Amino acid sequence: MNKTVNQKAWFFVIPVFVLVAFNAIIPLMTVVNYAFQETFGNNVFMWEGTRWFKQIMLSERFHASLGRQFLFTFIILFIQIPLGIAIALTMPKEGIGVPVCLVLMSMPLLIPWNVVGAMWNIFALPDIGFLGHSLNALGFDYNFTQQIGDAWFTTILMDVWHWTSLVVLLSYAGLRSIQPAYYQAAEIDGASRWAIFTKIELPKMKKVLTIAILLRFMDSFMIYTEPFVLTGGGPGNATAFLSIDLVKMALGQFDLGPAAAMSLIYFFIVLLVCWVFYTLMMRNEGNQ
Amino acid sequence: MAKVTLKGLSHSYLKTQSSDADWAIRGVDIDWNDGGAYALLGPSGCGKTTLLNIISGLITPTKGDILFDDKVISGLNPVERNIAQIFQFPVIYDTMTVYDNLAFPLRNRKIPEEEIKVKVHEIAEMLELSSTLNNRASGLTADGKQKISLGRGLVRSDVNAIMFDEPLTVIDPHLKWILRSKLKELHQKINRTMIYVTHDQTEALTFADQVVVMHEGQIVQTGTPVDLFEKPKHTFVGYFIGSPGMNVLPCQITGNDVIVNGKKIETHQKIKKNNFNKTEVGVRPEFISFSNEGIPVKVLSVSNTGRHKIVDTESETGKIKIIAKSNEDIPSGSAFLKFKKEYTYTYGDSWIIE
Repeated sequence: MNKTVNQKAWFFVIPVFVLVAFNAIIPLMTVVNYAFQETFGNNVFMWEGTRWFKQIMLSERFHASLGRQFLFTFIILFIQIPLGIAIALTMPKEGIGVPVCLVLMSMPLLIPWNVVGAMWNIFALPDIGFLGHSLNALGFDYNFTQQIGDAWFTTILMDVWHWTSLVVLLSYAGLRSIQPAYYQAAEIDGASRWAIFTKIELPKMKKVLTIAILLRFMDSFMIYTEPFVLTGGGPGNATAFLSIDLVKMALGQFDLGPAAAMSLIYFFIVLLVCWVFYTLMMRNEGNQ
Repeated sequence: MAKVTLKGLSHSYLKTQSSDADWAIRGVDIDWNDGGAYALLGPSGCGKTTLLNIISGLITPTKGDILFDDKVISGLNPVERNIAQIFQFPVIYDTMTVYDNLAFPLRNRKIPEEEIKVKVHEIAEMLELSSTLNNRASGLTADGKQKISLGRGLVRSDVNAIMFDEPLTVIDPHLKWILRSKLKELHQKINRTMIYVTHDQTEALTFADQVVVMHEGQIVQTGTPVDLFEKPKHTFVGYFIGSPGMNVLPCQITGNDVIVNGKKIETHQKIKKNNFNKTEVGVRPEFISFSNEGIPVKVLSVSNTGRHKIVDTESETGKIKIIAKSNEDIPSGSAFLKFKKEYTYTYGDSWIIE
């Protein structure tokens, strides 16, 4: 395709550039500033070079929270994506059931994150919460405030409850956009239900699923509010994911330099994983 | 391979039907011979796709029966009916190669891989897809994809009928012609019953030995392309087939005489009965000539298409189009028209008066 060269077009890019500068680039530069220097306040800075980066990269605390973060993200993706697709497949395709399901599905997405955390905190409290009390009454020794396994279980359950709907809604939209002729052709070709799912539905949902996985990866990798309200990162550091650990370091210990370096590393991990994943998913799209 | 018979077929998408308009198709009777090439022709919304989906088993009709080789198959699903269908836009399995796409219907039927290989190569050869067999199907152009859809229908050697639902809609005009002749050629080669749905008269008339014209859910005429052209049984067939379509003028019938614009004209049929709400005379532009006497008209405009001239004229009761030879002199101002008797028909309530 021949593109028209027109330098005036840059004028139309300026508003977006200014906007992005104000909400992303300039604040990020502050972090960069802290990441390479040491400060004792009063706007006094000393150059430290890459010291904070080395410190973070070698710190066991960072490795541990990064490990927890990846584990958490993989678990929730592993549950939410298949579960979301499964729910989308069973949702009604026409009639009054459609809006009812869609509204019900959207509900968890509309609740503010700290409310979700607070809700689940109360819901799961072992002595008075419905979930916690019921589990204990059923004979399970459940206490998410003290047992690591229970804390993880509750955090994951909360995230699945909160975010599976997003996957459902995206998958449902993807499924609805498949032309009926595909199903008719498959019926005529004698395809089994499983073949219809793997050969038609999944490939047709590829783009929305890529978006769903990307969104869920980024959101869960940066999760803060809900586990902070639910467990506060505990017991101990058991559910201190990257964000929680970062905030502890920056605001709790006031280690601004290492915290800034950690922010940048954190940011690059998210960027890198998203880029690799997106490139892999879309590598065969070009020839269409 | 099978003979296809439809008996008293009616279908409505509504639960209760109060008027004719609630029926997508009504009272359709068809007999299609084994190995024939048939076309269902009609404008969008006339019920032709509904009819096709009923034959293939994707829709269960409200009333009536479908028979393959005189056996009622109304209750069977598409797989049991063993038909193939090609849809308006190409349906391919994106993630599979061309080979796997063609093999898919056979693999679903648990046919041994050896046999599949032979069959797929044979069909690919026929459709000129051999060189792309190992490519991903999603990378092909629209006509290549449509060939795959077609190929999936052809690989099964035992299909009862192959149905086409406007298969050339998304194909580029210059490829349309090639693919259409390919279809015709395939039909001669494999000799299977083919049913072709289209709203394009050229496609229908060139593909089929017999064309079924549908209008508002009913069959208005079944016949060879020549029949449809020379003797339209319904004014709709007259309009719809031919370019420009048939001229239809209101007329009065008194006794045995047909009067148009106050002039008595001669028609093909002898009028026996006359109990219609509306009577009309139909004559194609090809069968009208200028004369010294006859129907008085005013010549409005002449357009030359190269091969012939199309003359627009206006009579007292409506416009009349005439096709004249390109070297013919066209009178200007007022003129008189003469209709060729053997191609002039009278219609009562839109149907031909027999």
